[in-house]
Amino acid sequence: MPAAGGKATSAPIMGHDNEPTIFELSSPGRRAASFRTTGLPEWDAAELVPAEHLRADPAPIAEISERDLVAHFTRLTHRQYSVDLGAYPLGSCTMKYNPKLCDDAASLPGLTDVHPAAPAALTQGWMELLADLEQSLCRVTGMHAATLQPPAGAAGELTGLLLMRAWDAEHGGRRSKIVIPDSAHGTNPASVTLGGYETVTVPSDGRGLVDVAALRERLDEDVAGIMLTNPNTLGLFEEDIAEIAAAVHEVGGLLYYDGANLNAILGVTRPGDMGFDIVHMNLHKTFAVPHGGGGPGAGPVAVSERLAPYLPGPRPVLGDDGAYRWEQPPKSIGRVHSWHGNALALARAYSYILANGGDGLRRVAEAAVLNANWLRTRLRGVYDLPYDRPNMHEFVASTSTLKKEKGLRALDVAKRLLEEGFHAPTVYFPLIVDEALMIEPTETESLQTLEALGDALERIAAGDAEEAHHAPRTTPVRRVDEARAARQLIPTWDSRE
Amino acid sequence: MGHYVPHTDAEIAEMLAFLGMSSLDDLFASVPEALRLAGGLDLQNGLSEPDTLATMERLADRNRRTGRELVCFAGGGAYDHEVPSTVRRVAFRSEFVTAYTPYQPEVAQGVLQALFEYQTLLCRLTGMEVANASLYDGASACVEAVNLAVAATGRQTVLLSDGVNPLWREVLHTFAAGTGHEYVACDVTNGVTRWPDDAEPAALLVQYPNYLGCLEDLAAARQLADKTGALLLVAFDPVAAGLLRSPGEFRADVVVGEGQPFGTPLSFGGPYLGLFTCKREHVRRLPGRLVGETVDADGRRAYVTTLRTREQDIRREKASSNVCTNQTLIAVACAVQLAWLGTAGLQELALRCARGTRYAHDALLAIDGVEPLNGAPIFREFAVATPTPGDVIVERMAEEGFLAGIPLGSEYGDRGLLISVTERRTRDEIDAYAAAFEKVIR
Repeated sequence: MPAAGGKATSAPIMGHDNEPTIFELSSPGRRAASFRTTGLPEWDAAELVPAEHLRADPAPIAEISERDLVAHFTRLTHRQYSVDLGAYPLGSCTMKYNPKLCDDAASLPGLTDVHPAAPAALTQGWMELLADLEQSLCRVTGMHAATLQPPAGAAGELTGLLLMRAWDAEHGGRRSKIVIPDSAHGTNPASVTLGGYETVTVPSDGRGLVDVAALRERLDEDVAGIMLTNPNTLGLFEEDIAEIAAAVHEVGGLLYYDGANLNAILGVTRPGDMGFDIVHMNLHKTFAVPHGGGGPGAGPVAVSERLAPYLPGPRPVLGDDGAYRWEQPPKSIGRVHSWHGNALALARAYSYILANGGDGLRRVAEAAVLNANWLRTRLRGVYDLPYDRPNMHEFVASTSTLKKEKGLRALDVAKRLLEEGFHAPTVYFPLIVDEALMIEPTETESLQTLEALGDALERIAAGDAEEAHHAPRTTPVRRVDEARAARQLIPTWDSRE
Repeated sequence: MGHYVPHTDAEIAEMLAFLGMSSLDDLFASVPEALRLAGGLDLQNGLSEPDTLATMERLADRNRRTGRELVCFAGGGAYDHEVPSTVRRVAFRSEFVTAYTPYQPEVAQGVLQALFEYQTLLCRLTGMEVANASLYDGASACVEAVNLAVAATGRQTVLLSDGVNPLWREVLHTFAAGTGHEYVACDVTNGVTRWPDDAEPAALLVQYPNYLGCLEDLAAARQLADKTGALLLVAFDPVAAGLLRSPGEFRADVVVGEGQPFGTPLSFGGPYLGLFTCKREHVRRLPGRLVGETVDADGRRAYVTTLRTREQDIRREKASSNVCTNQTLIAVACAVQLAWLGTAGLQELALRCARGTRYAHDALLAIDGVEPLNGAPIFREFAVATPTPGDVIVERMAEEGFLAGIPLGSEYGDRGLLISVTERRTRDEIDAYAAAFEKVIR
């Protein structure tokens, strides 16, 4: 059976041609803009703004007709891979297909046309949605209360670290270190620094899990907490999590759950039950918020009961009168977003949770884990599998042997896969695996798509390495010179020579 | 339930057999028994698509949306601008919406080029040399600007104008708990910030126009920055670029802002768009992603995220910022909207906002008991002192069909309202607004 479902059959969508920039398409005097008829007096700028504030010449934007504008951006979309086009097996990024109903749900005018500063009496629907989403996320994670303000996972991490700091300040207060496994996402240590802490790295053991003995050596009264991703970035469940939690709590530290891989355990187990105190979720990974080429996402943070008083605020709370009101938690660390978080992204995730329900979310985890295990098993003997045992939603393969044998690197596999009609996996991460290919097929890809992906990866492994160095050859552009971009920086059209 | 998992029962059985497993539970053998969730999630079962949408519609109907039934005069960082069909139809094409971060540039030229154009447009607006590919919102852009200034100067103290959006200031203070940055609050007198001249700060942060809508004296701020060796950080309303001199003309070092006015509906506050631009000398400290032009193996023009060694996934605890996921899609919408407006359209947009604001300003101040909060020049937003508290006015005005503005907090005397007029407001709407205002303030 052909795998038309998740394999792009037209990877070189519109290649071998440059798309001019809007600045090149610009032609003096052209315009697309039109404005409402207002009937207002047509005062000149000089009558409205003091001369010393007025600019001498208009800011040069572009001068382009609507037709040319639409053609330009449409052609750009033809030079762009997307999950709606085909499979996107980027490990840890969870590029699943997102239901279209979520787009429509988040486009309802009753949601989009609401001012964030409007009084609570006018925004009861939004507040109910947010309060209900908070509760749903708490049930998914086994936590007590949540904030929806953090607009992305990294913002959630920093929020969590500031919660630790506020907690510590009230409980003795001089802890300075955060423990992070060597397999952690880069945002973890970066957030730790911004949280005013020092990173202490704990190595992984031969199983690819946190080395508990090494962890114990690093735990003392200076440790504010540990940040863990579970399953970790190797796709492995931290089986010793209960022991880890007890050890960290014993020295008075807190456990932070990085929710990047929460999709693997939906309805199976919960961070709260594992002993975590703080959990961030990447709604754009676990639920439905398509990544938009890099964002927006949403990074809510849920906490255990003892940390709830410190949450950012205000939060929507249901009053005894049946109406929602905004309430500031008593010891709040303060606001972490201009308004209430990425509200429309939250609405998307909420609609996704409604459509899937508790039963459907469990099904999501099961299929994600089934697909990843199927593909790992399919690739046995084709690539190195440094941790070849049952994994969760993703697994890590390596071209270490293929590199020694014939010079085939992870990067070559990634670029060849683009030619095969698939997006590449995450490469060279986690850092602890040589020539890593981190593969997450997600639950929305069919068996036929997995078979096609497995076949393509096998073809690439068996193929000519020299040829692979020249891949991709069928994409809108060929291999891009990244070194030159950094050496001769051209950050804008106007900075070209 | 599980409408979006494609597998049939037969396929699941086949896949399990391939793994040598007999049930789906076997997949989770590595999860200790004691941690397994018995009885499933405490959530209702999944709904069909029409039932889900019906639930969402019920919630949406419980909001009073802006429009004919609730004419919007509120701003304060979230503005009721027109979002043209072109933006809605083009920026939200599924290739943009469902793409990931452009880690594989060969299949991501669409997003990369759109971001390159966005960066260029932002620099043209602000008069700066480098723009990043977006931050979360106005507040986060301010936070990152301060982080850059502290790193660049090695100083910890920032002079923070009280004219900066109070919600953004709140966010700045939240994150200062981690970084240890110190803020000196600089009060606004008669609409303009008064800076202390005895400090040696890392930076001055000023909003232009400020939260009260007033045009700050950027030349004076620049002068103080020069004298003290501080950086000048300006939070800029991008719509103002249509009429006002850019912060770049005043030699600002970093210009940030809230990009929502270009292409994003009010959306209850998000996703919005953090604008971040700076001088080229600071590019190595730029937070977030940066797209640069380069060539491919055949020498053809191509785009790629560049200076990646600044970023968290490579530099980890030494990164200039922890930003990973940003607001790319909103940046693309901003670029489409700016291109749609064009050079003349941007100028006209700003002029129309200023005209409506002047008209509403004069109409309100003609009302007995309504006083100006200050005498500074304004552009598209203004504050008035009222005989009745602002929140009471907002409540009463809602019954008259208006979102009257944003009540000014205790910082501004508790009896005031911040009012914004965009290009969407007609003379009839403003006349009706003023008439209702006169009625409710008594």
